[in-house]
Amino acid sequence: MESVKSIDSNIYRTINKLSANYSPEEKEKLCDQIVTDLYTKAETIAAQSILSKEEHKSEWGERIDDILTSKWLGYPIMLLLLGGIFWLTIIGANYPSAMLAEGLFWLEEQLTTFFLWANAPQWLHGILVLGIYRTMAWVVSVMLPPMAIFFPLFTLLEDLGYLPRVAFNLDSLFKRAGAHGKQSLTMSMGFGCNAAGVIAARIIDSPREKMIAILTNNFVPCNGRFPTLIILATIFMGNVVSSPYHSIVAATVVVGIVLVGIITTLLVSWGLSKTFLKGIPSSFTLELPPYRKPQIGRIIVRSFLDRTLFVLGRAVIVAAPAGVLVWVLANTSINDISLITHLANILNPFAILIGLDGVILLAFILGLPANEIIIPIIVMSYLSVGAMLEPESTEALRTILLNNGWTWITALATMLFSLLHFPCGTTLLTIKKETASTKWAVFAFLLTTTIAIVVNFIVVQLIRLF
Amino acid sequence: MGLTSQSSGLNVLKKEFNLTSGYNNPVIALAGNPNTGKSTVFNELTGLKQHTGNWPGKTVIQAKGYFSHQGQQFMLVDLPGTYSLLANSTEELIARDFICFADPTVTIVVVDSTNLERNLNLVLQIMELTDNVILCLNLIDEAKRKGIEINIEHLQSELKIPVIPTIARDGYGITALKETVFRVNSGEIKIKPYKIKYSPEVENKVIELEETLEKRIGHLKNFINFHWLALRLLEGDQTILYSLEKYFVDYFPSKILSGESGVQASGVR
Amino acid sequence: MLLTQLLTGKKARVVRLTARSQKRRRLLDLGLIPDTVVKSIRRSPAGDPTAYLIRGTTLGLRSEETNLVEIKELS
Repeated sequence: MESVKSIDSNIYRTINKLSANYSPEEKEKLCDQIVTDLYTKAETIAAQSILSKEEHKSEWGERIDDILTSKWLGYPIMLLLLGGIFWLTIIGANYPSAMLAEGLFWLEEQLTTFFLWANAPQWLHGILVLGIYRTMAWVVSVMLPPMAIFFPLFTLLEDLGYLPRVAFNLDSLFKRAGAHGKQSLTMSMGFGCNAAGVIAARIIDSPREKMIAILTNNFVPCNGRFPTLIILATIFMGNVVSSPYHSIVAATVVVGIVLVGIITTLLVSWGLSKTFLKGIPSSFTLELPPYRKPQIGRIIVRSFLDRTLFVLGRAVIVAAPAGVLVWVLANTSINDISLITHLANILNPFAILIGLDGVILLAFILGLPANEIIIPIIVMSYLSVGAMLEPESTEALRTILLNNGWTWITALATMLFSLLHFPCGTTLLTIKKETASTKWAVFAFLLTTTIAIVVNFIVVQLIRLF
Repeated sequence: MGLTSQSSGLNVLKKEFNLTSGYNNPVIALAGNPNTGKSTVFNELTGLKQHTGNWPGKTVIQAKGYFSHQGQQFMLVDLPGTYSLLANSTEELIARDFICFADPTVTIVVVDSTNLERNLNLVLQIMELTDNVILCLNLIDEAKRKGIEINIEHLQSELKIPVIPTIARDGYGITALKETVFRVNSGEIKIKPYKIKYSPEVENKVIELEETLEKRIGHLKNFINFHWLALRLLEGDQTILYSLEKYFVDYFPSKILSGESGVQASGVR
Repeated sequence: MLLTQLLTGKKARVVRLTARSQKRRRLLDLGLIPDTVVKSIRRSPAGDPTAYLIRGTTLGLRSEETNLVEIKELS
């Protein structure tokens, strides 16, 4: 055994010594020559193999880039595209959402009828129908339509090649924050799923900037949180104005929340690069690939199967046990008060300070495995305590929330907290895996949660002051 | 001694590329510049229908898949898209180490036909490292639209490797690609790729160092290409020693041991 | 003249790189070897980075990098 080790180091010593025979200057010259020879040969072979070449390089692509990255229009177009996607999602999702809800709750009635006919015990009906089925029906009817519209649209932008342009436009901001321009690409992945965004940080070479990208990815709302943002914006912000404009207002509010997320990302990146992750920005090279004609059919099919169904499946899987848990909590009483009320009451004083209530905060805590189920848990909790309303559409949801004391301030606080609070369980595990340390996962948890509490507290107190 | 299969370099590689099963199949590596449609080629070959965006660096999780041709199953490993193998970035390091140390049976290099020059730079580097290279000349429809016509025969005779034109998104050329991989694997096609000749000032130094390497660690000759190693040492590559330690010595401790005795024997002679 | 100073739409020939070690290797590897013709394509809205056409590919580079590339403008 010993001999193997000594032989190993021998080889290194030998090779290392051989390499040290050449001075750094000599190596630099040789390196220059090697790369030059390679490119020259490639140039020669290419020139001889190309029979004809016309001197025009996809002029329409150039003209599009002139607009998309122009000094005055570059940033507004980015916001308009994002806003447009949200707007289409909001106006498009309403109708199918109501239809799905109607269908699924009709089925619930049939299930209840069946349980009554079968003489099933009440607790069984409670757990299976009111617990599991209703939560899942909520998840499907509320989340499926927005996702089925949002994902294909976003995938379309991705396919066209727009994302590198975003990174190109935003790089100087990231540079000033001490971060890497490619962080905007990892953020774009975060719109889909923060865990994917964390993995995508592998494209950043410098370990320091990679860590910044990993720790801040959570400030981009993922698709588990978009439905929450979109629904709350539709109910509480859009309804402030007359109907022709309310979807536009709602979309603007969602864009605003996303902007808050981006600004937070930049500020936190800057803070990290000045404290825990000190250093100078490393070099940045980013290819702007030619625009490619997107394959519309494939986009629709793939974004539906790979993203929509994936997210929905995850939500349903997590929602089922959460539904049971909430039902049990709501139907187990101590001193005639349900456990869920007890828990909510404990959390309430603190939750009020940051603009939420005990139930909402409890939902965020129970929603740790997957953010998708936060709204369903809130509704379940309210319903289990108050009147048994049958939520059939966003209008019904609005009634439930208003009955439980929600105002636009509650909605805003919930949206902000959703944007800034701790990453979901999957993302935390991914951070642990990618950084190879539990320490950084815990740090990410504390960092985001502290920021969420501080921001919520300040915003809510300021609003209440005026 | 910790040189069980768990700690061997091969296992590190297998773990990094998620190659936990099916190691009995011939391994095919898929290399290429970013944005050449490499992921689309991967999807078309394996039948996996993953979404492939149009931005550099999207292949961050190395994908592996399988495809069969004439009853033979192959394992395909999608390497990160890189402009070069000179190990200036993590992605280049991963691609280089895989081709160098995992020793794939065949390496397919996907090339953007509209930008032959930049892509050939990578092809030349890969051909320096391994013999069984197939060129997948992708996006030929886009090249045609841009008025670029490529003399495939000439390209083939210059590089001395099979060149297969493809339009991956339409599935065109994929069967020909599979057929070529199959025939290279079966030995029906033997590839002796063109190896680049550098300027005399480089070549002289390489030959000199190569001779020294043979004298000093000649027993490793079968495991690493000395010409290539000499080049890396001469250009001041800092990563190659680290990679050697990571994958190579841990991988072949017994071979090195027996090789060492071989050196002693030759010393006696 | 430095690559950073090349106006949008203008072409130039690379004279030499003043970058050292890793940065030099990276720039060389992108194809910025002496005598290569590069074209400044566009600046990002904030003025940095700038996109250049280098050997058939459009690459965005920060001024930190382009300051290390000496060029001769082509008329």
